[in-house]
Amino acid sequence: MSFFTEENRSLAREIIGRYPKRRSAMIPLLHVAQAQAGWVSEEAMVEIAELVDTTPAEVLGTCSFYEMFKRAPVGTYLVNICATMSCALAGAAELMEHAEERLGVRAGGTTPDGLFTLASAECQAACTEAPCLQVNYRYRYRVDADGFDQLVDDLAAGALDDEIPPHGVTARVRQHIPAGRAVGAVPPEAVTEPPVWISAAVGNGAGSA
Amino acid sequence: MASYTIPHAPGFVANDAPRIVTERFDHPDSYTLERYLATGGYEGLRAALERTPEEVHGEVRSATLLGRGGAGFPAGVKWGFCPPGVWPRYLVVNGDESEPGTYKDRLLMELDPHQLIEGCLIACYAVGLSQCFLYIRGEMAVAQERVAQALNEAYEAGWVGRNICGTDFSVDIVLHWGAGAYVVGEETALIESLEGNRGMPRLKPPYFPAAIGLYGQPTIVNNVETLANLPWILRHGAEAFTAIGTPTSPGTRMVAVSGHVRRPGVYEITNGTTTFRDLIYGDDYCGGMHPGRELKAFVPGGGSAPWFTPAQLDLPFEASEVGPQGSMLGSGAVMVMDDTTDIPAAALTLTKFYAHESCGKCVPCREGATWLERVLRRVCDGTGTPRDLDVLFEVGASICPGDFPHAAVPERGLEPKPFPYQMTTICFVGPSAFAPVHSAMTLFPEEFEARVAPNAHLDAGPSDSPAPNSISEVAIRV
Repeated sequence: MSFFTEENRSLAREIIGRYPKRRSAMIPLLHVAQAQAGWVSEEAMVEIAELVDTTPAEVLGTCSFYEMFKRAPVGTYLVNICATMSCALAGAAELMEHAEERLGVRAGGTTPDGLFTLASAECQAACTEAPCLQVNYRYRYRVDADGFDQLVDDLAAGALDDEIPPHGVTARVRQHIPAGRAVGAVPPEAVTEPPVWISAAVGNGAGSA
Repeated sequence: MASYTIPHAPGFVANDAPRIVTERFDHPDSYTLERYLATGGYEGLRAALERTPEEVHGEVRSATLLGRGGAGFPAGVKWGFCPPGVWPRYLVVNGDESEPGTYKDRLLMELDPHQLIEGCLIACYAVGLSQCFLYIRGEMAVAQERVAQALNEAYEAGWVGRNICGTDFSVDIVLHWGAGAYVVGEETALIESLEGNRGMPRLKPPYFPAAIGLYGQPTIVNNVETLANLPWILRHGAEAFTAIGTPTSPGTRMVAVSGHVRRPGVYEITNGTTTFRDLIYGDDYCGGMHPGRELKAFVPGGGSAPWFTPAQLDLPFEASEVGPQGSMLGSGAVMVMDDTTDIPAAALTLTKFYAHESCGKCVPCREGATWLERVLRRVCDGTGTPRDLDVLFEVGASICPGDFPHAAVPERGLEPKPFPYQMTTICFVGPSAFAPVHSAMTLFPEEFEARVAPNAHLDAGPSDSPAPNSISEVAIRV
């Protein structure tokens, strides 16, 4: 019985291998779990605990701190409408009101078909393009009521599937370090000497790092 | 059929000012290795590798490159804080941009990821940092993809990893992304998060992770924009860099101007000489207010910064001038409010942000920010009392004892109270929750008094046509 698919299990091992300490992979692995299932279950946290060599309670402790990790299923599309100052100055409240009306749920709610979860979000770093929103962390800028309706129609029709993956997937491109090129991670306690390019420079009498 | 086009450089506006970090933004393929190499890419690294690490560090030190993340501390000096003889040392890139109004690191990561990678390599070479962790904000999916793609290309081409450019310089850059927590932008919280923990700031001292950082080792934490300047500095020299701007604030910086201006945008401005008036009213910049509107107030340096009014418009982007006038330049974000703005409600949108983002470690912030939000909310609702206005200041004083910095108010004979403030919390989230409340109440006391007058809640009732730009609704509902 295992939560991760075989593919994600090997991805998890690859990720863990990049860090000098396994525990650093905890947030990346929570993202892998959420990408697989759309949310983070207890089963996933138990397995992550094993992988990074800690307890499930520690994983829950970290998981519950971060807004993006959902510990219950949400809609396929998480629609985050920014409510911080620049967007508020540009009509974010009116946009939220329209969104609630269109989707028939209040902020925080999920539509009965499980397609949309509507949420009020904090500053999304698109302040000049206000009001802005993100669907599964993909931006839409200067959104008005018509634009919002179009977006909902497009999402429901699957017209944006190429651009917007289902909830849980953030980056679709992953880092891959080719084996021959990797320096490799070493536990900090295993290192006592300066890196070679520093000791070489010092050896040449060129510096005092 | 979907009809929405995603802009290449959303919000970025080019002008005639010198360009250091945005020089490739105009190319539609600015983020590819091919474009990067065709436009001087990795030449700064090559130049660095021909010199000793010490010389490269010296070049950056003499460039007086100020940190672009908010504190404005010189990067070259910060690098020098690593204790000698303690290894390994790490580089952590702070790409957790989330300060309200701030919007520049995301563009730098999305549009020129190789420039950031090259900057990381130069820093690692100069200081002897043996591994680099590039921490991107969790909500920035496109930035994560572009940086991942760029790293994959750079590894394949031999720019990152083992024996870079055929030398004995070897370093891995590990892409890591967060999961939604503003406080993680604080450098010690960032390190906690990178260690797999709840992102709570560490107790100080030590004040700099350069002494004790990731895994207890010397760690340099630099902002994305800071590192993005390094390739240019190494390519053109510190002298060319300091020829731009002023001696104390050389180079350029990216500033996002949002809110009630004709042309909100992200601009690369000349440091130290560009004024807020240039930025808000200049034809090359925001082009002034909307027709028939007047400037009421602006936030000069991100949501944490005390506010300014038109009386401070002629101040330049120079920390040594802005600080004595009662605010800070912060992370390069200006938010502009015109005369239709509901000031208490505007302050509430920011205070609510910090209350939401308080990590809960320090009691004055956890409790204080929450109460600031609650009390301010009922003032905005029209259900507050005159006593609530005192309560706001009392709660604020429990986070920031003593006089809180504020701008001069010439018409009331109020002198400026210089930056910074005292604080009872480990990090700046708590004080930041109070800053908008204090500014709004100090600069516009009459708007608060009107809100708590008897029967004010009746006046605050629904109207048929909400005023343009009215934001009282959002304040009440969210």
